[in-house]
This record gives sequence, structure tokens and C-alpha cells, in this order.
Amino acid sequence: MADEQKPGGSDSPLPGGGGAIPKPAPPKPAAPAPPKPPAVMSATEWTGDLAREMKDRFSADIVATSTYLGQNFAVVTPGAVVPVLEFLKLEADFDYLVDITAVDWPKRAERFDLVYVVYSFFRNERMRLKTQIPDGFQPRSGVGVHLTANWLEREIFDMFGITFAGHPDLRRILMPDGWQGYPLRKDYGILQQDDRWVRENLGIESGQ
Amino acid sequence: MPDNTFLDSTELVLNMGPQHPSTHGVLRVVLKLDGEKVLGTDCIIGYLHRGVEKIAENRTWAQFNPYVDRMDYVASVSNGLGYCLAVEKLLNVEAPPRAQAVRVVLTELNRIASHLLWLGTHALDIGAITPVFYCLREREEVLKILENYCGARLTTHAFRIGGLQYETYDGFEKECAAFCDWFAPKVDEYEELLTSNRIWMGRLGKVGVLSASECKEYGVTGPVLRAAGVKWDLRKAQPYSGYEKYDFDIPTREGGDTYDRYVVRMQEMRQSARIIRQAAASIPEGPVMAKVPKVIKPPVGEAYVSIEAPKGELGYYVVSDGSTQPYRVRVRPPSYVNLQALDRMVRGGLIADVVAIIGTLDIVLGEVDR
Repeated sequence: MADEQKPGGSDSPLPGGGGAIPKPAPPKPAAPAPPKPPAVMSATEWTGDLAREMKDRFSADIVATSTYLGQNFAVVTPGAVVPVLEFLKLEADFDYLVDITAVDWPKRAERFDLVYVVYSFFRNERMRLKTQIPDGFQPRSGVGVHLTANWLEREIFDMFGITFAGHPDLRRILMPDGWQGYPLRKDYGILQQDDRWVRENLGIESGQ
Repeated sequence: MPDNTFLDSTELVLNMGPQHPSTHGVLRVVLKLDGEKVLGTDCIIGYLHRGVEKIAENRTWAQFNPYVDRMDYVASVSNGLGYCLAVEKLLNVEAPPRAQAVRVVLTELNRIASHLLWLGTHALDIGAITPVFYCLREREEVLKILENYCGARLTTHAFRIGGLQYETYDGFEKECAAFCDWFAPKVDEYEELLTSNRIWMGRLGKVGVLSASECKEYGVTGPVLRAAGVKWDLRKAQPYSGYEKYDFDIPTREGGDTYDRYVVRMQEMRQSARIIRQAAASIPEGPVMAKVPKVIKPPVGEAYVSIEAPKGELGYYVVSDGSTQPYRVRVRPPSYVNLQALDRMVRGGLIADVVAIIGTLDIVLGEVDR
């Protein structure tokens, strides 16, 4: 487990004559408080060919290209997601849409992060596209570029209530059809449920 | 026009599941049929939805670890490996070599167990009753090793963030090697029953064909992708946990039909045994746990880490806000994504093939619904 010995050092015997009363050390100035870990991800600039290519092509729509823990990602404007996906698929060999997901940041004006993970078999490389959208914004559906986006977007709609414009079949997928509320939003409590739905469909007072 | 048909071929909507033995859990498929021909499907899932991703946000990083076992409960060791690797990535630590080798042994054992359960039930769906008894007999031996190691057979919680909780027991390596020696002829035994069986070939050949480009379009991974001729396996493409040290092949086939997927999975079991033999013979000495603080607080950041689970690419997208609890854990379940291709695979086929195709996709509804 993690209770290894701490590196020694401070308890080493004092050098010099034994028996001499050690002088009290002069009071040290109060040590500055340890620097707080940064509250933002300490990502560094991603300066690959692909990052440059994307910037050349989409200029202002690419907000940032970064690397964190060796994983590349690009932050793009909401409107540019589908064109960038298309570019990546057709011109950069990122032909496999691995996953789409969302993250809720309720205190932010642009409340949701939409995250697209794409992979290229040819380059053996994975990257993420991220965009920030406010509540109520309808991002364009990616089904026209990658068929796999269909269920992935349905799940985001189901869990976060984000409506994808142009999605062929946007229905709830994991939750029951008539369910009220979007469970993965941060303001949806873990014990919360749609009482009316539970009463009407399960015939019990509470599913908890 | 009163020509050759007196039977009016109106469309028939047939409900299959959620309580149907061949849907491998609580999958409901609404089939639109013209006689025996499938015109379209609609999958209704979510019966097993437990809100795993929501639960994660209300547990600490370590507390969530056992929950991931309950997704793909047939291959729980893989789930745990993926999650531990993802959090280790966020923490920027790596499990010690000994832990990595033991992880590989257990994960591959679990892959064999998962494929065995698939083979047994798939054959049962097609109408071959014998293989399931053989498969469960061999799977029992795998589960015994898992049980000896960590006390659990199914939802193992075998790994911890940073390495392993437990040292291996005495004779672990020998038992694993002995299992491999004993298991190889058993695969021959299944192949003898099925591989050149005319009924088996007739029921599986040219059924549910999914080409390589279709696989990529639908994001389908794992044995389904490899049976379509794409030589891609995350253990080779982006090795983790020391897979690059072991010598093994990626079995592929060209046709992309149900029979090819069967052959690929059979070969994979042999390859897994090969990996286990190498890994068990070379487990280095040393600690099994990296230096990980008792309270896990990854720095603010995010990571996507994926592994080759028995069903395909299992990914975890983890976001930390610097607290003791995950801000977001997203699971990219291979079964969920692969199941989406069901519609394409069954369209135009016969209703009896739907059963074969659900079987060949090797889905686990616990993972689909999470």
C-alpha cells in the first residue's frame, strides 16, 4: 500500500560535540503557504502538424490546440465541430469516431463541454475535439459524418438534455421515454427520480 | 393483379425480448418483418440502466472501482483494468512491473472466460447444445484461479488504482501455466465439434456480414472488426500494461460474417493462452503497488484511456476537478457501440438469423445499459 517510509533526513544526528546544549534555532520566517495546485488543467500547447493544419484551415474556429498527459485535443467553436470532424475524417484519416460525451459545468456561462474522441487507424493516433455550448444551444448532429454518432448523441440527449439539430431519431435511449429530467446534469440529485413516472408505470410510491 | 401471390405480404411487427433466452439479457428488439424477411429493427435498451456514471460522481475515485465490474460482468477484470489505467493516467503513476504482469495474466484469463461463455451461449442459440457444457467446464477452471486470487469469481475487483491489493498466492504461476497446457486441447475439442460442422457452417456463413468500412462507420471494434479483415487490436496498436513484451498474433479473417467472427474468437482464445503462458513465466519480483496516496486526488485535468476488452475498445474518459471524487467518468462501452450495428447486419436477412447475429455480437446488457 501507500504507507511507505518517508525519506529520512530531519532526524539525522546532529554533527559536532555531544552534550553541548543545542542552540535554539532562530525562528524562521513563516514559510510561504505551498502553492495551490492550479485550478485549471495544466495543458501545454500542442504543436503538431495536424494542429497547424487545422488552424490554417479553420483559423478562428480553432480556439486552442493543447496536450495534456500526452493526449492531444483541440477546442473549437460549436459551429465548427461537424466541419472539423468531416475534415479529420476525409483529409486526415481520422475515420473512427470513438466516443461522444458531455460534461456539465453548471457555474459556467457555456454550461456544457461536448467531447468527441476520434481515432485514426492509419496514423494510430487518437485526439479529442472539445467545444463549449450554453444550455439550450442545439449543436449540429454528427450522424452525417459518422453513423456511430447516432446512439452516442441519443445518449447525450437522454442524460444531459442537449438537442442535436438534424439528428434523424432523437429519442431517449437508456431512460424510459416519458421520463422527466436529465440525470447526468449536476443539478440532478443522485436520489432524484421522476415520481410521477414511477407511480404510473411501476405502481409503487418510490423506486428508491 | 391476381398473379402469383394469394398471401398478402403485409408488414408484421414482432416484438422480441426483453425476456427472451437468445437476447442474452434484457434486450428488446422490435422487428419489422415481411414474412420471414427482416425489414428493419429498433433496439430498445436501458432495462438494466443503473446510472453507473452518475454513481461515479458521488463516490471517491477508489470507491467507484468495484462498480465498474458490474458493467460487463462477464469480463469484470477488463473493466477494472481500464478504470485503474485511466485514473493512473490522471495521477501520472504507473503500476510496478510485477503488478502489470499479474494484471495481464488475470485479464487474459478473463478474456478466455468471456469468450467461452460467448461460445457456449452462441452455439446454444444456433441449436448446438453440447458446447455450452464443455465451455462452462473450462470456464470454471478460470473462475477458480480468479477466486483463489481475490476471493470472487465474477465481480472480481481484482485491481486497485496503482497496482494490486493482493500478492499472488503460492503456486499461482504454476496453476496458470497448467491451465494453459490443459486448455489448448480443449479448444481443439470445440473446433472439432463446430468448425467444419455443416449445420454450423450453414447457419453462420454469409450471415450478418459487416465489411471493414461499415465497421469503421459504426465504430465497431473487437473481434467483429478483426473478422472483417482489419488487423487492429489495442494491445498491439497502443500497448498498455506491458503487452508489448509478449509475443502473440492478431487473428483476422476477411469475410466479416458470423462464421469469421467465430473463427477469430476461437483463435483469440489460443492467443490469450499464449500470452498467459509467457506472462506467468516472467512475473518479475518486486512490489505490487505503486506509490499512490491513500486519498486519491488527481490534479485538475482529463484523460481518455482505452483497452482491448473481450468485446472491443473499452474506454474511460475521466475528468478530475482536483477533489477526491470524480467530476465525470464516461465509459465508452464496446457492447453499446457494437449493438448499434445490429440493424445493418440483420436487415434483409431472415428472422432466424437475428438470433445468430445477436449472439455473434457478443453483447452484455449490463455494459450496454450501464
